[in-house]
Amino acid sequence: MVEQRPSERVRLSGRGQPQKLLKKPGVLFVGGGLLFFALVQALLQFDVLNNFWRGIIFWGAAITMVALGLNLIYGFCGQFSLGQYGFYAIGSYTAADVTWRWTHSDPSGIVVVLFGSLLVLLFYIGVSRLLGAFFRVNVMTRFTFFVIATIVALAITVRFLVPSLGPVVTGVLEGLPSDVSDRIVFFLALLGGAAFAGIASFLFGIPVLELGSDYFGIATLGFTVIIKVLLDNTDTILPFPEMKGARGMIGIPMWTTWPWVFASLVLVVVVMRNLLHSSTGRAIVSVREDERAAQLVGIDVATSKVLAFVIGSVFAGLAGGIRAHDLAFLHPQNFNFIQSFNPLIIVVFGGLGSMTGTILAGFVWIFLLEGVLRLYLPAGFETWRFVVYPLVLLLMMLLRPEGLMGRYEMPFLRKKLPQLRPGVATVGDTGDTESSSGDVGANGEVVA
Amino acid sequence: MEHTVSVRGVDVQANGASLRRRDGMILNRISQGIFVVLGLFVLYVLGRALLQNPSVFIQQVMNGLQLGFIYALIALGYTMIYGIVKLINFAHGDVFMVGAFTSFYTIGTLELHRWLTWVAPGMPEGLATVVGTFTVILASMVISAALAVVVERFAYRPLRNKPRIAALITAVGVSFFLEYFGALPFAYTNNYITYPRPFEVAVYSAGKVSPVLMAAMWTIFVVALVIYGIFFVRGKRGDARAKLILRHPLLSFGLQFGGFLAVVLTLAGIRIETGGKVWDLSASNVTLVIMSASILLQVVLQYIVNNTRLGKAMRAAAYDKPAARLMGINVDGVITATFALGGGLAGAGGVLYATAYKQVHHLMGIIPGLKAFVAAVVGGIGSIPGAFVGSLIMGQTEVLAAGFISTPMRDAIAFSLLIIVLLVWPQGIFGEPPAEKV
Repeated sequence: MVEQRPSERVRLSGRGQPQKLLKKPGVLFVGGGLLFFALVQALLQFDVLNNFWRGIIFWGAAITMVALGLNLIYGFCGQFSLGQYGFYAIGSYTAADVTWRWTHSDPSGIVVVLFGSLLVLLFYIGVSRLLGAFFRVNVMTRFTFFVIATIVALAITVRFLVPSLGPVVTGVLEGLPSDVSDRIVFFLALLGGAAFAGIASFLFGIPVLELGSDYFGIATLGFTVIIKVLLDNTDTILPFPEMKGARGMIGIPMWTTWPWVFASLVLVVVVMRNLLHSSTGRAIVSVREDERAAQLVGIDVATSKVLAFVIGSVFAGLAGGIRAHDLAFLHPQNFNFIQSFNPLIIVVFGGLGSMTGTILAGFVWIFLLEGVLRLYLPAGFETWRFVVYPLVLLLMMLLRPEGLMGRYEMPFLRKKLPQLRPGVATVGDTGDTESSSGDVGANGEVVA
Repeated sequence: MEHTVSVRGVDVQANGASLRRRDGMILNRISQGIFVVLGLFVLYVLGRALLQNPSVFIQQVMNGLQLGFIYALIALGYTMIYGIVKLINFAHGDVFMVGAFTSFYTIGTLELHRWLTWVAPGMPEGLATVVGTFTVILASMVISAALAVVVERFAYRPLRNKPRIAALITAVGVSFFLEYFGALPFAYTNNYITYPRPFEVAVYSAGKVSPVLMAAMWTIFVVALVIYGIFFVRGKRGDARAKLILRHPLLSFGLQFGGFLAVVLTLAGIRIETGGKVWDLSASNVTLVIMSASILLQVVLQYIVNNTRLGKAMRAAAYDKPAARLMGINVDGVITATFALGGGLAGAGGVLYATAYKQVHHLMGIIPGLKAFVAAVVGGIGSIPGAFVGSLIMGQTEVLAAGFISTPMRDAIAFSLLIIVLLVWPQGIFGEPPAEKV
């Protein structure tokens, strides 16, 4: 990590000018975003893009959100995760279930995701206060108590809150015009999907994040497999007959429109950017660079890891809700562990620790693999897609292992760092993830 | 302003505020208690099944043994490759698949399992089948080893000095390539294909197990055990050569081969009827072949790793590659050899798996490969006995979970085992704690 020296910080933040609300990169970002939004909206409005391409764009946005979450977990926090699709699946099934129930005039989904999540959050606060009153609490204990809190909170929600608040929710939503109430339900469903993905990742992350690099990766892979098996048995083992297990869930309303997709994507990008530019974000990045050193300067490594993991999974859950209401059909096979490599490949393609690269790679990847190759390969050559794509992957890894964009960030997302002393090679904040001890040592010497 | 930082329940005073923290051991005990209760519940379910119908339970255990021995063959390759190059070789499961398909072609198209009857038509059928089966397995091992070496040479070696994630993504890419290239119409197609077994299945149950075979297995086991005991005692008394003999591959082969086969044959060979309950188990010759091949290959591998120059070089490279290079070890050659060994074992596993389950498919390698990897992690990655033991545990977990807990959840339970083991013993059962890096 590059140390910010006080004198330079002063020189940089000041420069004799007051802090401006609108800076050039920000204006460019907002302007470019609006332009992109308007362009796609216009193309969709005038039917230039048919349903196929609309699906490709929405899919690209969803997968970009998932990959951004993974980039936060792996690229910025250094925790090699293969579980991103598990959280994506949780998000999509939760959101889909909420809207499915609502369209079948059952408000229980809304009550559970809205009040259940709030209750879980309350319980979590209580449990962390309780555990805070003790010392020498080990990880498994924390895990057990949080699991118990979750189970109790959700049980209370289902048992008491659903019967009592369900009619209220229905009454309020029925009072509104159906157009508005649908949107509110969709919003709550997206929120719920994200929240449930967050809860799952929090519970899973507490014990497993302790493991470190490869073991964490394998455990998250196991998580994906477990989620896939549970989805296969939603109607037999889990009490969700409407998800229809391995036959796939149908009857999800197609409520995803371009404004929703775009708003979610922008939300994810801005939240992630602001997080990474904050001191919390710097703590997360420092965990990646050197856990021990981070601990020594007083960073709560465990909390930073869990935070990055939960936020990354929330992004995946949000994307899941978006995707579910675009596709209107969910099948466990879409979330098997082979798919769970997709976000990893996108993140590595775009460049680890580069948000710009991830955004670009996410769209390009879907555009090429699902769009262009699917449309323009001659009939009968569909199966060649998955032969060509690993070859591209191999070539890419051989020729440019640091990803397409490497460490480049667009100006809005770039973090301003003080200039190093002249004669010293500039070290970006998005350093090499494979923290080879040699590099770190060299930097340390340079800064000192 | 007073700052007192407490460690053991002493008042903490910061900015004049005082708060008291209590010892959390009681909470730890509570959570441990919950986990112990859950574990006891699982044991209760299994124990009840055992008591209600011991015959079915033991039969399931034997099925689990068969599965575990197949996983062992794959897991050995995973663990060796991970031990040396620290790479999760996702393509290993597909090498296993290619091994199965190789044998599919050598049996189905070339009829290689009958070659002895062409060469010498008067051969007894049994001998021809045994030799033919070994030939088929050997052919698959060679092809798989060659494939693994090619993959290593062209996909992994150029990335040796690049970040590890690049090699991992490459492994995923190679895995996809092998899978979906196999799905092409002119390769294996994407259908489930019925697999022609190299030998006919014979089921051994009470009365059909030849007493001579059973006695032979018990003899091997007892002799090996006696020899082991003698040299163990002498080794304890300070005889250095005795300690070396204890690690002789023939001895460990005799112990494992004799022991496992004797027990399985005995279990299959006896028939008891008590109070309406019939104890009548069976073991197929597929199980026996799988067990003996797996034990044999594992012992050979142990021998190579522990007793040969190559094995010494492998261990050195696994320990410290730059230092091994400085000592004049051809590290790249060693890595190639490791991949060849691992690939060969996976190929043998593929043949045995296809023989046992009578089906080949271009995606058949994924789930066994993953589970074998999990088994290697459970046993302690980098350790050969660990991979073996981990695989047996994995096989038992899977089969018992499918049989007595929940059939659709078998994969989920198998992977939960991984997470539980990682939490309890992060280094696996036989693994060594990682060296402290400061």
